[in-house]
Amino acid sequence: MSASATPVALGAARPGLFGFTRAQAVGFLLMLAAIVVLPHVLYPIFLMRILTAALFACAFNLMIGYVGLLSFGHAAFYGMGAYVCAWTLKFWHLDAAAAILLGGLTGGLLGLALGYLAIRRSGIYFAMITLALAQMVYFFCLEAPFTGGEDGIQQVPRGTAFGIFPLHQDMAMYWLVAGIFIAGFLLIHRVIHSPFGQVLKAIRENEPRATSLGYRTMHYKLIAFVISTFLSGIAGATTSVVFGIATLDGVTSARSGDVVLTTLVGGLGTVFGPVVGAIVTTSMENYLAQFGSWVTVTQGAVFVVCVLAFRRGIVGEIAAKLRLSL
Amino acid sequence: MSEILLETHGLTKEFNGFTAVDNVDLQVRAGTIHALIGPNGAGKTTCFNMLTKFLPPTRGRIHFKGRDITGIAPADVARLGLVRSFQISAVFPRLTALENVRLALQRARGNSFDFWRSETALRRYDNRAHQLLFDVGLTGLADTAAGLLAYGQKRALEIATTLALDPEMMLLDEPTAGMTHADVDRIVELIRSIRTGRTILMVEHNLSVVEGLCDTITVLTRGRVLAEGDYATVSRNPEVIAAYLGSDAPELAHA
Ligand SMILES: Nc1ncnc2c1ncn2[C@@H]1O[C@H](COP(=O)(O)OP(=O)(O)OP(=O)(O)O)[C@@H](O)[C@H]1O
Ligand SMILES: [Mg+2]
Repeated sequence: MSASATPVALGAARPGLFGFTRAQAVGFLLMLAAIVVLPHVLYPIFLMRILTAALFACAFNLMIGYVGLLSFGHAAFYGMGAYVCAWTLKFWHLDAAAAILLGGLTGGLLGLALGYLAIRRSGIYFAMITLALAQMVYFFCLEAPFTGGEDGIQQVPRGTAFGIFPLHQDMAMYWLVAGIFIAGFLLIHRVIHSPFGQVLKAIRENEPRATSLGYRTMHYKLIAFVISTFLSGIAGATTSVVFGIATLDGVTSARSGDVVLTTLVGGLGTVFGPVVGAIVTTSMENYLAQFGSWVTVTQGAVFVVCVLAFRRGIVGEIAAKLRLSL
Repeated sequence: MSEILLETHGLTKEFNGFTAVDNVDLQVRAGTIHALIGPNGAGKTTCFNMLTKFLPPTRGRIHFKGRDITGIAPADVARLGLVRSFQISAVFPRLTALENVRLALQRARGNSFDFWRSETALRRYDNRAHQLLFDVGLTGLADTAAGLLAYGQKRALEIATTLALDPEMMLLDEPTAGMTHADVDRIVELIRSIRTGRTILMVEHNLSVVEGLCDTITVLTRGRVLAEGDYATVSRNPEVIAAYLGSDAPELAHA
């Protein structure tokens, strides 16, 4: 990966609370402020779309940005999380928080199974095998009775969270989504700045050396994959509660491609890149929706421009300019 | 004579019909420094790769501490106390020198799977890591990214990291290659100071280093063992001299 060309110490900036550098702490506070203020200015539904997309991208970024593995099948975990959450919510009348957690666990368990098969590969082989496995999940969802086939699971009631908070109003739903996003964001940050995360960095920097020190590197990659897929499941599940629907759309390879695009646009391997990427791609989808198929064309164009002009993504480029780690 | 710590029987590696290591029987005695020398392409690194399980042998068996380790995973070889260094210096370039050493301490002492804890939990290894950096002459460079260190310093850091595991046996692949004279002297001193209680198998092209440091020498050419013994014996062996004269290291002839 080209980013490792300049050996700037990753841990040189003394980490403060939660391992945030000062610049990151400022970024985090700004993000919190935006999360609190924006729903009074913009549609909460639109913001929830951004937050769930951002959580999904952050989860994906844990693999590509910090383990160096490009998964082309993350939709499987997102989509299955959505199905299980919607199903248990609709037919078991589960608590929304429990249903979302169940969706996350589904993503994580599926991640454990598929990751076990894929994790020994790296580079393009890992991308291809995750894509293939995710396609199998797609066909499973197409055929399995519980997913509702082409219709999906529709008219899912939001219900209540934690037994006491009714979610039918968008603002109530919004605070739950915001809480889930922040918790997921902080969890990922903690993972990166933990003893475990230190080993992940070592594996990414020089895997044979990590092995020669006695690290069974596959275990570390697999655990990172399970955390990533768990949070992808949470993101999919949360989306299904917000919109009351879970469809095949969530498990398509196009969805897997979206999260790759989102993360690349924002800047992979950066803390805020996936969030910025989610803002850009979700806004594009939202405002370009009226032009129909032009959304896809524009997205393609943005992708090409990003890859050619800002290789490091928006946040990556800004961070490089300011010489900060963001 | 002390017991044999590492032993191979008929160790062989073939790459698409080309035999890089050919039926090698090696015996390394505990507590000794054993050199593996030979011209470029003799199969020294390939041997190391097989001993540490980075490459599966085509044939042959490997025993370490009396235990057959032919079939185990490379990380588990390290856990048994057989730790290698690499011919191309192996550090974690974007981590600091301190973090490099800490990674080894962390592996040996646990909590590497703790993903829910802050990395400040690793500070308890700082004292030991600073001590190891001091031992290899890297005091004051603890917070420097390993990738920014000079070549000799990287090799020293690699040794500090390996030592952090307190391995019973170390495999060093050309620890002094590409170094200045001063750096070579420092590394030789370092190896001498860490040898107590340890067994070392090293690949080394610099024959004055071999002469000064090693108890036993195995000469490899084209994958085969050509000669074995102490420096005086080996350096007088006409076949060894011929093999070396035909290559890039004529110094042996004058030794
Ligand atoms: N992965 C591989 N595939 C094919 N051939 C290989 C491979 N690794 C090594 N070889 C060949 O095996 C032979 C021995 O290589 P090896 O690296 O073990 O030599 P060496 O004794 O360490 O040499 P040097 O002193 O140059 O480091 C060489 O001819 C090399 O080209
Ligand atoms: Mg070699």
